[in-house]
Amino acid sequence: MDDRRLETIIGNLLRAGVLLTAATVFAGGVLYLVQHHADRIDYHTFVAGAPSTRSVSGILQSAARGDSEGIIEAGLLLLILTPIARVAVAMVGFLLERDRLYAVVSLIVLAILAFSLMHAT
Amino acid sequence: MTALEFTVVVWALSALAGFLGALTGLGGGVVVVPALTLALGVDIKYAIGASLVSVIATSSGAAAAYVREGYSNIRIGMFLEIATTLGAIAGAFLAGRVSTHALAIVFGLMLLQAAYQSFKGMSDHGPNAESDSLSKRLRLGGAYPVNGKRQNYGVRHVPGGFAMMFGAGTLSGLLGIGSGAVKVIAMDRIMRIPFKVSTTTSNFMIGVTAAASAGLYLSRGYIDPRVAMPVMLGVLIGALLGAKVLVHARVKTLRIVFGVVILALAVEMILNGATGKI
Repeated sequence: MDDRRLETIIGNLLRAGVLLTAATVFAGGVLYLVQHHADRIDYHTFVAGAPSTRSVSGILQSAARGDSEGIIEAGLLLLILTPIARVAVAMVGFLLERDRLYAVVSLIVLAILAFSLMHAT
Repeated sequence: MTALEFTVVVWALSALAGFLGALTGLGGGVVVVPALTLALGVDIKYAIGASLVSVIATSSGAAAAYVREGYSNIRIGMFLEIATTLGAIAGAFLAGRVSTHALAIVFGLMLLQAAYQSFKGMSDHGPNAESDSLSKRLRLGGAYPVNGKRQNYGVRHVPGGFAMMFGAGTLSGLLGIGSGAVKVIAMDRIMRIPFKVSTTTSNFMIGVTAAASAGLYLSRGYIDPRVAMPVMLGVLIGALLGAKVLVHARVKTLRIVFGVVILALAVEMILNGATGKI
């Protein structure tokens, strides 16, 4: 493992994450419009959705049921996970390069990200 | 408005925002949030939630290319991400505490700064510096391609850059934007990192920074799938197109036009926030 190889792997990972997200969100979006295109919508005042739409497990359950909004949210979840996976991959890469300092730096960033995501579970 | 009309209008606006954001280097979020709130009357909390996810998408999409070209410095990025992610969490906490009016006013002030930067243009700071002792210990220096050859560069003033990065993260978490311009200031101006390395590394960091506040946004319900879907898909396509035509564009004229637009949006946001309309 060297830096150039690690950079290539990270580049591919980011690209795959974005493509997969765009495909999932697009599929969910088409389904949503087929079912709800004539709904009257109003976003003038913020109202937080049901708790099930605001947690990782709730989103996954609703996506598994084939709910269009759940599928879109699952795609967005994938998007949020992409940079987090990038940090994890970099950490492994630094370990393989025997770069202990940057493996620890990556671990710190990963811990901060995990703390934030824990709020949503 | 029906769901179909809303989706189409928001998608088109977001594509335009992403296109202009990529051409000028200011990112799509700075236009998408005012466009949603001012033109369509969308609550700013939905707008910043949708903007935040679109920021992750464009950053990851563009970073994939830059990292492979060898401009981004993954060590500098990772080290400074400690500061931006902590800042982002602080900013996201703050976003839940302050009123919508205050958010609009802070957003407007940020737009004023972006307009200023757009008029002035961001420029290189000159010859590369030698690393100072802290940067040497952290092995932050690197090399980047210049006319086909790898040229070495050093890094200076790590504590100042780190503090500025915390601020960039806070702004990102508070307003749902990438705050790439502030990240570039921290690296290029304070840490004396070459401009091209600063902009590409900043782009690389934006996704991780935004991901740090995304968990909090999600749990508060700011990321509504019906709003985020057209925004994310629109900004992503616009940004990809923008990056393609960037090579041929007359950036200077464009910056001035964009600067005027942002200035108008800034005034509008501040006025609406101050009079309680947003």
